[in-house]
Amino acid sequence: MKKGWIAYPYVVWLIMFIFVPLLLIVFYSVIKTTDQGIVFTLEHFQRFFEPIYIMVLLRSLYLALISTVICLLLGYPLAMILASKDYRHKRVLLLLVVIPMWMNFLLRTYAWLTLLEKNGVINSFISFLGLPKMELLYNQGAVVLGMVYNFLPFMVLPIYSVLIKIDKSIIEAAEDLGANSRVVFRKVIFPLSLPGVVSGITMVYMPAVTTFVISRLLGGGQFTLIGNLIEQQFLYTGEWGFGSALSLIMMILILFSMAIMSKYEKENEGGGLF
Amino acid sequence: MTNQEIIRLVDVSKTFDDTPVLNNINLYIRRNEFVTLLGPSGCGKTTTLRIIGGFEDPTTGKVLFEGQDITDVPPYKRKVNTVFQKYALFPHMNVAENIAFGLNIKKMDKKLIKEKVENMLNLVNLKGFENRSVDSLSGGQQQRVAIARALVNEPDVLLLDEPLGALDLKLRKGMQIELKNIQKKLGITFIYVTHDQEEALTMSDTIVVMNEGVIQQIGTPIDIYNEPKNAFVADFIGESNIIDGVMIEDYMVEFANYRFKCLDSGFDPNEKVDVVVRPEDVKLVPKGQGMIEGRVLSVLFKGVHYEMLVQSNGIKWLVHSTLMEPVDSIVGINILPDDIHIMKKVR
Ligand SMILES: Nc1ncnc2c1ncn2[C@@H]1O[C@H](COP(=O)(O)OP(=O)(O)O)[C@@H](O)[C@H]1O
Ligand SMILES: [Mg+2]
Repeated sequence: MKKGWIAYPYVVWLIMFIFVPLLLIVFYSVIKTTDQGIVFTLEHFQRFFEPIYIMVLLRSLYLALISTVICLLLGYPLAMILASKDYRHKRVLLLLVVIPMWMNFLLRTYAWLTLLEKNGVINSFISFLGLPKMELLYNQGAVVLGMVYNFLPFMVLPIYSVLIKIDKSIIEAAEDLGANSRVVFRKVIFPLSLPGVVSGITMVYMPAVTTFVISRLLGGGQFTLIGNLIEQQFLYTGEWGFGSALSLIMMILILFSMAIMSKYEKENEGGGLF
Repeated sequence: MTNQEIIRLVDVSKTFDDTPVLNNINLYIRRNEFVTLLGPSGCGKTTTLRIIGGFEDPTTGKVLFEGQDITDVPPYKRKVNTVFQKYALFPHMNVAENIAFGLNIKKMDKKLIKEKVENMLNLVNLKGFENRSVDSLSGGQQQRVAIARALVNEPDVLLLDEPLGALDLKLRKGMQIELKNIQKKLGITFIYVTHDQEEALTMSDTIVVMNEGVIQQIGTPIDIYNEPKNAFVADFIGESNIIDGVMIEDYMVEFANYRFKCLDSGFDPNEKVDVVVRPEDVKLVPKGQGMIEGRVLSVLFKGVHYEMLVQSNGIKWLVHSTLMEPVDSIVGINILPDDIHIMKKVR
């Protein structure tokens, strides 16, 4: 390629803002400052294997998994409705799915706070009906709700974009060959939508595993997730070494699952949102 | 060929958003017949086919299958299979899986399916293509997979929507012959849609000529070519000279300021009519020996014949002849009674 120089700014950018910080994180994760100065150590990584931190990781993976499954179960039918030709109000519906994404992430999550609070909108309504108030906030349910609410569009849109690309005549061909609507879905629509499902899962699961805002606001700090743990190391306890080690572990986990996903996507061909 | 009727359309009309697309279609199709729906693009051929396949409901009218009303029967319950215009193969399945789709749904024995798929691949000349992915195939091959996928279900009726439209000329000619052979061999009713009159003439037992959602004529290729019912059919089936004429009396028509003998009768005296003459039926003779005279405007060599435009009394005659007359020469024109087709004016 002769026009290689066009790539230079990007290369500089990559080096300055991605490669160097990454190196720094790796550096911090394997050193500690002692009286003798800076020495190499693996103790940050070792520390991660204490049960309490393993629990945090497992909880993060678990809550993200639950949220992803719920997003899939809600998002797939929604994407199908959006993609169906006959549905009259689909433009409005599509807008309703997308509009929350234009709003600030924090704002959206704070909104749930006022809804779920002890004296919030929902509880006021419940007590108005004469029922006892409920603990809606600061539990796993609230965290999962926050994740589902925030990440649902990232499930719907890739599936939607794959579904609308399915040629109508392929579905008619299946009907022509004797498939009723259930069989058409099982044998044609669903298999063809898998690339969208895979990228939807990726796009929901990744941010859900690493989120710290949702768990802090809606979990009330009682549900420390891996994201909160990392945040704490850098902002409050000042243990950059441990924080860096945690970040690296997280990154390796994500890379690992992305590799599995992309392999699966390649087998199925066709494109998702990316 | 038996005369047993298999499909009948009764007073079928279809409107899309208040736009009429099919107008009172009445048509019956016999078992083992090769029927072609022929007409210009947008005349409602595909819509007619989709109504037979069950993908479109007629606005009014009925579809009968062996005398039974199937108007409300969904596509997957009809004993009809379709070869779609753009093949519509399943992109996530290989060739064998595509062909086996219908049989798998019927939960047929796996070994039997394999055998049938193999037979089909032989029939369409795709032996050894079982495990190929469909998008690695050429247009002609995809098209044959689509035909195999439909035929393997042994339908009573096969619907084909311009199946050769995307193929180049040579491949198309080859596939026309193959399709006709398959139809004869399997004894299946074919309902074939095309806008190519030559294709229709070579392949069909019966041609249904359509225009603007109305059936213009139903008949054998020979009938339709030789006895077009109106000016539209005459024009659409091969090139024609269509001229305004006046029926002077029975067996006498006047056009180009000359009274020609013809074989038609039963018109009002002096009724205005369309006169249709095929280019090959306009005979050029030496000056002075013709019924009328004209001047040659242009000559084109077309391989087998010459195509000439001859101007005479304000009419430009399209003439096909194996003999060439030079441009600007004056020639005589003869038209035999047999070759003059009189059509009632449609308006
Ligand atoms: N689903 C549809 N909605 C609206 N108009 C349609 C639809 N399908 C076909 N038409 C119209 O009906 C007419 C006939 O179409 P079609 O049957 O596809 O013609 P052909 O196959 O002879 O080219 C065309 O004018 C087309 O625009
Ligand atoms: Mg068509």
